[in-house]
Amino acid sequence: MSDVTRGGTAGPVHVPVRGKAHGHDHPALVHHFADLDQQREASSLGMWLFIAQEIMFFGGLFLLYAVYRNLYPHAFAEASSHLDWKLGALNTVVLIGSSLTMALGVHAAALGHRKAIAWWLIATIVLGAVFLGVKVVEYGEKFEHHLVPGPHFHYEGPDARPAQIFFSLYFSMTGLHALHMIVGIPILACMAWMGWRGRFGPEYHTPVELTGLYWHFVDIIWIFLFPLLYLLGAHQPHM
Amino acid sequence: MSDVNTAIDAARLRRARLNYLNVSYGVKSWLLTIDHKRIALLYLASVSIMFAVGGAFAVAIRLELVTPPGDLVQSETYNKLFTMHGVVMVFFFLIPAIPAVLGNFLIPLMIGARDLAFPRINLLSWYLYILGSAFGVYSIVNGGVDTGWTFYVPYSTLYSNSNVVTTGIAAFIIRFSSILTGLNFIVTIHKMRAPGLTWFRLPLFVWAHYATSIIMVLGTPVIAVTLLSVIVERTLHLGLFDPALGGDPVLFQHLFWFYSHPAVYIMILPAMGVISELVTAMARKRIFGYGVVAMSSMGIAIVGFLVWGHHMFVSGQSTYAGMIFSALSFIVAIPSAIKVFNWTATLYKGSVSMQTPMLYAMGFIGLFTIGGLTGLFLAAMGLDVHVHDTYFVVAHFHYIMVGGTIMGYLGGLHFWWPKMTGRMYPEWWARVAAAVVFIGFNLTFFPQFVLGYLGMPRRYHAYVDEFQVLNVMSSAGASILGFGYLLPAIYLIWSMRYGPVAVANPWGAKGLEWQTPSPPPPENFPVQPVVVEEAYDYAPEKGVVVV
Amino acid sequence: MSTHIVGTRIYLAVFTALLVLTGITVWAARHDFGALNNVVALGIAVAKAVLVVLFFMHVKYSSRLTKLVVAGAFVFLALLIVGTLHDYYSPHMTAGAHAPSISRE
Repeated sequence: MSDVTRGGTAGPVHVPVRGKAHGHDHPALVHHFADLDQQREASSLGMWLFIAQEIMFFGGLFLLYAVYRNLYPHAFAEASSHLDWKLGALNTVVLIGSSLTMALGVHAAALGHRKAIAWWLIATIVLGAVFLGVKVVEYGEKFEHHLVPGPHFHYEGPDARPAQIFFSLYFSMTGLHALHMIVGIPILACMAWMGWRGRFGPEYHTPVELTGLYWHFVDIIWIFLFPLLYLLGAHQPHM
Repeated sequence: MSDVNTAIDAARLRRARLNYLNVSYGVKSWLLTIDHKRIALLYLASVSIMFAVGGAFAVAIRLELVTPPGDLVQSETYNKLFTMHGVVMVFFFLIPAIPAVLGNFLIPLMIGARDLAFPRINLLSWYLYILGSAFGVYSIVNGGVDTGWTFYVPYSTLYSNSNVVTTGIAAFIIRFSSILTGLNFIVTIHKMRAPGLTWFRLPLFVWAHYATSIIMVLGTPVIAVTLLSVIVERTLHLGLFDPALGGDPVLFQHLFWFYSHPAVYIMILPAMGVISELVTAMARKRIFGYGVVAMSSMGIAIVGFLVWGHHMFVSGQSTYAGMIFSALSFIVAIPSAIKVFNWTATLYKGSVSMQTPMLYAMGFIGLFTIGGLTGLFLAAMGLDVHVHDTYFVVAHFHYIMVGGTIMGYLGGLHFWWPKMTGRMYPEWWARVAAAVVFIGFNLTFFPQFVLGYLGMPRRYHAYVDEFQVLNVMSSAGASILGFGYLLPAIYLIWSMRYGPVAVANPWGAKGLEWQTPSPPPPENFPVQPVVVEEAYDYAPEKGVVVV
Repeated sequence: MSTHIVGTRIYLAVFTALLVLTGITVWAARHDFGALNNVVALGIAVAKAVLVVLFFMHVKYSSRLTKLVVAGAFVFLALLIVGTLHDYYSPHMTAGAHAPSISRE
């Protein structure tokens, strides 16, 4: 066996001290990490990097929006007034509420309160489902009014063509957002289940934290989508 | 008594010979592995296959271009050939190759860690690569794509009748393979360095991959969403780029090149990291200006995000924006030039051994310089107007991608081959192959600079008679180059079984990866290494020749 | 990420602030502030996002590295948007000439 430690003549070596989890390996500790601290820091950084790339992912669509809105401000404002801002506002409140319940769920996990974790996360799922339900209603209305881009698109007015771009953006952006929520809900369900089973506590609740980060990110996207898509035409007379 | 001792010794010897390759056998142990070293080999196999696929398209292209008229294939088919060559080579070979093969294998070893931060995500990355490749191969078999690897709209969204959607899906899936790899590297390098391994003691290979990973994480999602938009426009008629609706095709180009320019730095930075390692080890000398070289990697990564408009000088982009992009493109050349200078200064008065890795490194330095300088030609708007979309551009990027990245990849593969496989490759065959590659490469691509300057457009399968001589030279060179690539494929595989067994440190190089047996044990290091010396702690910088 | 546990009161306070800001943004949309319309709408959205990032996502209590990653992502997003928009809005010299002239305003 080769000795891999290098010669020690070069003065004191600064070895970062890492806390051990109560002197024995926590069942959640993965083999290649020295301890739970390192594992949690690494997981958190990983999740933040994932969110960073999600910001750039949605960012491409926000760029499309920014350019086209600046090219066709009147058409966009008019098209936007076809969206029901009240439903949009309701959804905003619902999603913000789900962020609150999520944060409280993470809080409960950090304290190891089994039942609280499960209930808060279930509340988050319910609110998320309400959001999606409202979106289904909205999309249904768009279908009825022939506002879905494509061969059946029908729009009165001189700005019909850029309006179709607006609706393409509307469906792309809210659709991608909804997809992210649909992915998030089963993950929340897993977390609720694991929390109910007592897997989380002050030492280890990283999965819930990371799920929280993801969910809050999805909320932030909607925080921008709502004014940009729904409130453009609000100060104009309704069509 | 002696029998017992012999038995104990034999058992100890058997345990000592346990490495990541023989610790378990069977297909499942490979396909479900979470060992970064095995995953690196899985990638090695897959990218090699995709390289062969991309190479096959290149063969077809060069065959067609031997004669002026378009007589081998129809123009529609030719469009598919160069598109598939580009798509496969860029997305399925150049972007993953060095990070996924060498980076995956070496980064934990170089920083004294047991594995990457997220081993299962690492395996997921490979499966995403395979899934993306499956879609890609399906596209090819189903008739290919003819839009050019750049997928410009509105042709790709509205008018092309080829497999845009499946190719788009393939590229979309493989983007996530790239993002997850980059994410893994960043977290690993931040959080899992051995005690004593400060940032400025890291090998430059690690710095290069860190910079590359930043580009992967921040840039790749933009092309992912752009390809998604193309797919969505084609399938769901959500017309985001449709000119008839007021959509703007150049906006697609902005989004496309925002990633695809930094992507070329994803392709070259890891190779530069390899060269830093090869040059120091093969010259047995400290790198000249360590801090500067490390920072230049970061500089390339960041400034590389600011120059994408230089692909769009003639697209109708505003001239003012073009000027800014042009100026920034000149600036981004500076950190690359710094590296070339520093490598050369490292070689100066070093104890240079002309073994295969060094041959590839020297080839890289020369060819990358030519490719980089011609990039400056292209960055000058006034000149670019004349050579845009000609073979000048084609030659430029092949000098960097093939003369640069692939030579770096091959050099690194040879250098670390003993570590990865426990066997040495046959040195003389390798030197011959390196020479054949170098000669074949230059014969293929140097004529293309002249062709482009004389005005031969790219992506055309027919050309005027005056260009034939140069094209024949280029095609002849391509066959030599192809042969040069075939040689390592053969002898490297041969060496895995019949090559001489390698020792832990056959080159006498510095670096933690050489402090563990060849091949390494599954957990990399039996004891956690502690780092007390600087990187590349060879002879003092004055270059005292070590006998 | 620290093991700092944020109190529920802070969460409720942030939640209330978010609701209030949502109300303000709806109210503001019904009034025309001219050139400031975009600024107001985006400004409020940014304020809400900042609250979510700092408190719900614990960035206020996180390491410098986390803060750097978050800031970095937004910087690059700004770069993407500004860098592209300056093709459309640069002074004279054929700015945005490639954009179709259909109902251009």
